[in-house]
Amino acid sequence: MKPFDYVRPGERSSAHEAARDGGRYVAGGTNLIDLMKLEVMTPDTLVDISRLDLDGIETVDGGLRIGATLTNSDLAADPRVRRDYPVLARALLAGASGQLRNKATTGGNLLQRTRCPYFYDTDTNCNKRTPGSGCAAIGGETRNHAVLGASEHCIALHPSDMAVALRALDATVEVEGPDGAPREIALPDLYRLPGATPHIETSLAPGDLITAVRLPAPSGDRQVYRKVRDRASYAFALLSVGAVLRMENGRIAQAALAFGGLAPQPWRDREVEALLTAETPSDALFEKAGEVLLAKADPPPGAAFKLPLTKRVLKAVLTEATQ
Amino acid sequence: MTLDLKLDAPDEANRADDLVQGVLGHENERPDGLSKAIGAATYAAEPRPDGLLHGFLVRAPGIGAVSCSNANSVREMEGVRLVLRDPRMIRNAAQGAANEAPVQGVDRAEYVGQPVALVVADSFEQARHAAQALEVEVETDDAPVDPEAVTAEKPDGRQTAQGDLDAARRDAAHVLDRTYTTSSMVSAAMEPHAATAEWDGTRLVLRGSLQMLKYNRNELADSLGIAPENVRILAPYVGGGFGSKLGISAECVAAALAAIELGRPIRVVQHRRQVFEMNTRRSETRQRIRLAADRQGRLTALEHEALVSNLPDETFAEPVLQGSHFAYAAPNRALRMHVARIHRPAAGSVRAPGEAVGVTAFEVAMDELAVATGIDPVELRLRNIPDKDPEAGIPFSSHRLKAALSEGARRFGWADRPSPPRQRREGEWWIGTGMAAAFRVNAIMEAQARILLTGDRAVVETDMTDIGTGSYAIFQQIAAELLGLPLERVKVRLGDTELPPGSGSGGSFGAASTGTAVWMAGMDLRRQIARALACDEADLTLKDGTIIRGNTRRSLAEAFDGTVLTGDGHVQPGDAQQKVRQATFGAHFAEVAVSDVTGEIRMRRMHGSFAAGRILNPRTARSQCHGGMIWGIGMALTEAVTHDRRDGHMVNRDFAEYHLPVNADVPPLDVHFIEERDPWAGPLQAKGIGELGICGAGAAILNAVHHACGARLRDFPATPDRVLAALV
Repeated sequence: MKPFDYVRPGERSSAHEAARDGGRYVAGGTNLIDLMKLEVMTPDTLVDISRLDLDGIETVDGGLRIGATLTNSDLAADPRVRRDYPVLARALLAGASGQLRNKATTGGNLLQRTRCPYFYDTDTNCNKRTPGSGCAAIGGETRNHAVLGASEHCIALHPSDMAVALRALDATVEVEGPDGAPREIALPDLYRLPGATPHIETSLAPGDLITAVRLPAPSGDRQVYRKVRDRASYAFALLSVGAVLRMENGRIAQAALAFGGLAPQPWRDREVEALLTAETPSDALFEKAGEVLLAKADPPPGAAFKLPLTKRVLKAVLTEATQ
Repeated sequence: MTLDLKLDAPDEANRADDLVQGVLGHENERPDGLSKAIGAATYAAEPRPDGLLHGFLVRAPGIGAVSCSNANSVREMEGVRLVLRDPRMIRNAAQGAANEAPVQGVDRAEYVGQPVALVVADSFEQARHAAQALEVEVETDDAPVDPEAVTAEKPDGRQTAQGDLDAARRDAAHVLDRTYTTSSMVSAAMEPHAATAEWDGTRLVLRGSLQMLKYNRNELADSLGIAPENVRILAPYVGGGFGSKLGISAECVAAALAAIELGRPIRVVQHRRQVFEMNTRRSETRQRIRLAADRQGRLTALEHEALVSNLPDETFAEPVLQGSHFAYAAPNRALRMHVARIHRPAAGSVRAPGEAVGVTAFEVAMDELAVATGIDPVELRLRNIPDKDPEAGIPFSSHRLKAALSEGARRFGWADRPSPPRQRREGEWWIGTGMAAAFRVNAIMEAQARILLTGDRAVVETDMTDIGTGSYAIFQQIAAELLGLPLERVKVRLGDTELPPGSGSGGSFGAASTGTAVWMAGMDLRRQIARALACDEADLTLKDGTIIRGNTRRSLAEAFDGTVLTGDGHVQPGDAQQKVRQATFGAHFAEVAVSDVTGEIRMRRMHGSFAAGRILNPRTARSQCHGGMIWGIGMALTEAVTHDRRDGHMVNRDFAEYHLPVNADVPPLDVHFIEERDPWAGPLQAKGIGELGICGAGAAILNAVHHACGARLRDFPATPDRVLAALV
C-alpha cells in the first residue's frame, strides 16, 4: 500500500476541492482499500465522504431517492424497497456477505472495479491498470469474463449485483460536479464500454461526486432477481438477471431486463424487451429472447458455457415473472 | 526411567476401559477454548518483542533466472532496514517430516510465486510498500506447466500388478473403464503462515505456525547452517495447518536470516495470496479406473492409474493409490502411479493426501459399477469387503466397514431410496441421495511425553502441537484418567521444542501417537506410585486425587508430600505394520438438490459413520469429521485452483475466488461413531480420525448428484458449467 493522505471533510465543497487535487472518494472502502493494499490503485489522498450527510433515503415524485453513502444493508432492509422494488432488495442480498454489506454503500457499489483476476495481479498485463500494456486475460483463464460488450483490449466483467437491479429499474444517478453544479446521469450513460480505453470506466470527471441514486416509480410489479454462482453465498455472479415486468390481459405489457455476469457493465438490450412486449408468454418466445440477446455474443473460450446458461435462466426468469 | 513401548504385538489388556476417573471418551470442552475465543491465546504473529521489525516476502513474477535491479533504491525507502536475497532462503515449504532443509535459493524461480526476497522495515506498511516497489526481473524460461503436456515419470516403486487383468476383463459380466480428474487444491488454513524470530547472537527463538516441531527445528537449523540445539521453536497455538505447515515455510527462514543479520526481532507474515503459492498445494490428478465384476458384483479385476505432478526435484507425489491397495478384494489388480514434472507451485500433503482424491474418484467408479450391475451401492461395497489385505495377504487389525455401512444406511434412511435416478423433483430441483465408503491408512509415529505430578496436580509436557484438533483436550483427559485427577488439575503444555518431542500433527497420527506417549508417561507414574506403596500398579485405583487400595484411601498430596514425580513415556512403531494391515473405515451418505435450470447443486444433508478405534473425546472427534465432510463438499462442488495455462501461476489466489464452502453451503451434518477397540493400536486403542471424514465424502455428494438428475460428473469440482454440460 502506497502511503496516502486522508481527509474527512464535513462540507461537500471541501470534498470537491480535495478530489480536484487528485483525491479519491472513499465511503465503505470494501473494494478500494483491498485494491490499495495490492497497489492496483494508488491514490495520493483519500477523501472520506462518510460525514457528508448523504445516507438518507426518501420518497420523491412517486419514486425513491437513495443517498450515495446509504449502506447496502440499510437499503436492502428499507420497507419501501422491499415492497416496491423487491428486485433491488434481492440483488443487494445476493451480493457479498453480511459484513461487507454493512460497510458497502450505494455509490461505491456502482463504482466497484472488475474482479478480473488479472486486473488484481500487478505482475500481469492489464490495460485497465496500465493502459497499453496488453490484456493477460485474453489467452488466459476466462471462465468469468465478458461475452457481450468486450473489446480486444479488455474482457473484464462488471461485478455488481445491485447495479443490475438498478439498470432494470431505470435508475438515474445524481452527480455533483467539482464546482458544486448538480446533474443527473442515466445509469447506462454512467458506464462506458471498454473499447480501446478500458481504463476509463465511467463518464465521471475528476471531482464528480455521486450524491444519490434516483428510482422512478417501478414500471412493473413482477420483479425477479436471479443469480447463478459457484457457491450458495459470497461469490460473484456467473450470471444474474434482474427482471421488472408488467402484465396486462395475459400479455407482457412492459419488460425491463438487465443482466450481470455477461458484460463490462450491467447489460440491457432494448431489442429483447421489444420482442417480448405485447406478446403472450410462451417457451418459444422466451427462447427467442435468449437468442436475440446473445446474437452478438463473442465469449472467450472459458466463458462459452454462459450462452446456454443465459438462455436457460432467462427462460426460467421470464416464466416465473409472467405466471 | 522412561516407559517405552514398541508396537510389535496386540495389546489385549484394554486397561483404558477399567480406569475409573471417567473422563476419557467423554465430551469435554477444550481447555484452550476460552483463551482462543477471547483472543488471549497468542499465535505466531502476535508477540510484540521490543524492537520488532517487519518483513514482507517478494514473489517471482515468472520462471527463470531472477534479478532485482532496484534493490539499492528500495533499501533507501522510508523505514526500510534490509532487502534480503540470501541463498539460504527456501524455494517452497518443506515436505512433511523432511527433517532437513528444503530446496534453497533465490537466483532462479522454478515457479511463479516463488519467494525471492524479503524486505524488512520499521512498520508492516513500509515493508509491504517497499516489497511492492522491488522490481523483480525474470528471464522467462519456456518451462512446462501442464501435466498433460509432458512425458510423465513412472517411478519403479509405485507400480504394482497381480494376476491376469486381461483375462479377468474378458470373463467378466461387467466391465467399467472411466477417467476422473481432480483440481489443484490448497489447505487454506485460517491463520496465514507466520513467524516471529529473535536471535541473541547464538540462539534463535522462532515463534511459528507449524505442525511438527521436532522436524521443523532440524529443517530450520539446516537451512540456516546452525546447530539444531541453537534453535528453539514455539508454536503453542496454530490456526489450522491441514498439511501446509508440516514443514517449515518461507517466512521461517527469511525471518530468522533477517533477525541474525539485523540483531533485531523480525516478524514475517505471509499475505493470503502468498499462502496460496509459497506453500504446498494438493496436486491435480487424472485417474483412470478400470473395474471388472462378476454377475453378483464381486470385483474380479481392479486397476487404478494416477497422474499427479510436482516440481522437478520434489520427492513427494500425491499418493492417490494408497486406499486402493486395501479397500476392496479383487484377485487381479494393478496400481500405477505417474508423475509429471512441471513448474506449478510445489505439491505436497494436504489433508488426507492420497485418499482424499483417490478414494473419492474410486468411490464414484464404484457407484458407476453399482448402476451398471443394478446392485444397491451399499450392498455392492458389502460384497467386496476383503477378509484380509488383498495384496499382502496379512490380516486386518480390525475392520469395521460393514458396521459403518449398515449403521450409516440405517441412520440416513437409505432403505427408502428409489434405485433409479431422476425420481424426485421439487420445482426445478432434482433431489437425490448417494453414498460412498471411506478408507484411510492408519499410522503411529514415534513420540515422547512427560507428566510432572506434584501432589494432586499434573502437568503434561510435549512439543506436540494443537492445530485446532483438540490435542490440549485429549492429553488432559488421558493424564487425568490414568492419574485419577479431575480435569482442572491437569495442565497441558505444548508446542515448544524444549519439551519432549511428540509426533507432531499430521497424517491423523497425532492423537494416537502422542496420546500413547502421554499414556505411557501416566503409566510410568502409576508404577512409581505403586512402588512407593509396595503394591502392583494393576491393583491401584486412583480417583479424584485419592489413592484407593482395598479399604484404605489416601490423598495423593498427602502420600507424596509435595515431591515432584516425573513420568516419561515413549512410543514407537514396531513390527505391527508388517503383521497386520491397519486402517480406519467409514461410510458417507449425502442428499443433494440439483437445479435443472442452472446446474447449481445445493447440499441438503450429510451423514457419516466412522470407525477409528477408541474415540477419546466425541466432541473434538466429531468436529474433525465435520471438517472433513465440509472439505468433501469443497472437493466435490467448489474448490479448484486455476493455473494460468501459459505460466502455471495460481490465478484465483484469494478467498473471494478460491471457493471454500461457506456456511450457506453446508447442510446439517450428522456424525456417528462405530464402537471399535483395535488391540494393534496400542494401550489406548485409538486410531486417526482427522482425515477419515474427507475420504470419500465428495464421492457421496457426486453420486447423489447422479441419482438426483442423471448427470455423472467425472471432473471435480462439479461447478454449474460442468453440471449443465452433463445435464443437457
